[in-house]
Amino acid sequence: MNKLGTYAAETIDLEPPARAETARPATNPAAQPAAQPRWTHIHAPDVRASAVRSTAWRGLRREFKVFLSNPNALFGVAFLLVVALSALLASVIYPSDPMEMVARPFLWPGQNVTYPLGTDSMGRDVLAGILHGARISLTVGIAATLLGLSAGILIGATAGYFGGIVDDILVKFIEIFQTIPSFVLLVVLVAIAQPTTGTVTVAIATVSWPTVARLTRAEFRAIREKDYVLAARSLGFGHARIIFREILPNALPPLIVTSSVMVASAILMESALSFMGLGDPNRISWGSMIGAGRDVIRTAWYLTALPGLAIVFTVLALNLIGDGLNDALNPRFSEER
Amino acid sequence: MAALLDVRDLSVRFPSAEPVKGVSFTANPGEMLAIVGESGSGKSLTALALMGLLPRQARAGGQISFDGRDLLSLRERDLRRIRGRDIAMIFQEPMTSLNPVLTIGDQIVEVLRIHEDLSRRHARARAIELLELVSIPEPARRIDDYPHQLSGGMRQRVMIAIAVACNPKLLIADEATTALDVTIQAQVLQLLDNLRVKLNMAVILITHDLGIVAQWADRVVVMYAGRKIEEGFPGPVFDTPYHPYTRGLLAASPRLKADYHYSDGPLSEIPGSIISASGERGCSFRPRCPVARPACAFAVPELLSVSAERQVACPYVPIPSEVAHVASVGR
Repeated sequence: MNKLGTYAAETIDLEPPARAETARPATNPAAQPAAQPRWTHIHAPDVRASAVRSTAWRGLRREFKVFLSNPNALFGVAFLLVVALSALLASVIYPSDPMEMVARPFLWPGQNVTYPLGTDSMGRDVLAGILHGARISLTVGIAATLLGLSAGILIGATAGYFGGIVDDILVKFIEIFQTIPSFVLLVVLVAIAQPTTGTVTVAIATVSWPTVARLTRAEFRAIREKDYVLAARSLGFGHARIIFREILPNALPPLIVTSSVMVASAILMESALSFMGLGDPNRISWGSMIGAGRDVIRTAWYLTALPGLAIVFTVLALNLIGDGLNDALNPRFSEER
Repeated sequence: MAALLDVRDLSVRFPSAEPVKGVSFTANPGEMLAIVGESGSGKSLTALALMGLLPRQARAGGQISFDGRDLLSLRERDLRRIRGRDIAMIFQEPMTSLNPVLTIGDQIVEVLRIHEDLSRRHARARAIELLELVSIPEPARRIDDYPHQLSGGMRQRVMIAIAVACNPKLLIADEATTALDVTIQAQVLQLLDNLRVKLNMAVILITHDLGIVAQWADRVVVMYAGRKIEEGFPGPVFDTPYHPYTRGLLAASPRLKADYHYSDGPLSEIPGSIISASGERGCSFRPRCPVARPACAFAVPELLSVSAERQVACPYVPIPSEVAHVASVGR
């Protein structure tokens, strides 16, 4: 009881600091310093603060951890790295044109050590073709995705952020593209233009942006109503700044996930075009190799199987990466946001 | 002294309703003005109208003159220059009012660089000063934190730091402490009060908490169903409330009576609920009013000026006889 005595003796004034009976004159607010409330420095940690402390992740670290602990995603990354490396090193390992005839035709894989994956019906090295083909597939896939992503984000963001008539018009525009079967449109576009790597890329971007635009629009419509966007407006931010600095970073996770799948589908589209002979005739690609091997599929099936496997695994790798990113970035799986 | 903000006959009209109907008030430099009212009384819309941030469908009418300029006639571009620099606002929810993907430092630096010609390094130094000003411990370390790493009170302090970054002349705090627990609430209000003095800015405190008004406000405006129904210094208003609604509010509040414990008896309440904003003819408080007369159903009561600083929008109030001059000042 002795210990408590000091506390008991102390008079504790729990009333709020008494304010003067008359109103504080506004003209001279500093005259009467406000009484310092007691114990303002002591407060129990609230539940939220301690929960935040216990999760303890900074920036994107948690997302990285989730992504890296996913074996499928890691396999995808590893395989994609191999494809990227072979695309980069293709002209170092096989400096000559992969479309040149270098040996006897129809060498089976393993028959001749110089041509580990054999030769095709015209005596061209299959391994050289696959390595050089990786370059086309990746370039077209990534470039078309970047193009489609930029166009889709720009149009979707404008529609979602401004709403109203702008939104109506842009959505109608998006729907026009969505009602046309995309592959037919792609074939028509490439048939009209000269089939070069550049036109194929632009054509693929043209058929793939509407998906991005719709996704971006949906995200923007949701995020535009958030308090921090209103707060940003109350600070005098302009439209462009709010779109690109406040809303877009918060809309990115689903877009990142989509873009990995977009690369995969762009690679597939490019292969399909090349298979039909609508690709760049001067560059070898996986699709055109399959197309060339199609005639001899009964006698030399490896000519279609090998580039086919390259396509399958690359697309699979990109999809696995997409799944891993989805697990890591999807707001439903993370507590915050 | 010329008023910093002079709002005259402000109305906010939606296609289907008019939630703010002809509100007039002024705010002087360095003054803390409280706007009180229950949910749906039009407090927040009034604040958004001051900022020019009303929803797209809403139209504001009347006149808002701020520092000699009519805000309602300004173009968006000019308004944007005023927002954040001359008038700033803090919002109710500190948990969602900060952008989750930017560090708090970035968010302060951004507003500084928009309105003031500062280099990145100078802006960062200012940001640290600002964090110190709002009493965030270890500001130099905290500046690179993301909002989710801070507690609610800390986030509201950051919001305040962002709001006062450019030394605004007017700060609107829309229910700024409602989402915080009581101890933090007192700290944040103390902080606002200190900043008001230090930076000589007017603060409009929008709240439904009468305790806060009694303790902190210099002047109080009571709103009901989109109209101002009473105005005055908080002392007189709370000692002798004129309007039946204000009287009801005070009777329903457990904190303002001395020698009274909430368990001594039931708290009184105002019967009924606030009528829908589309409204009807006559006094909007009539259905809940204990002193309503038949005449109340026909005309909206005029705002009567009881004294220089005291106004009330009800003719049937026990106005003391010593008040010689009661003048109608419109509604």
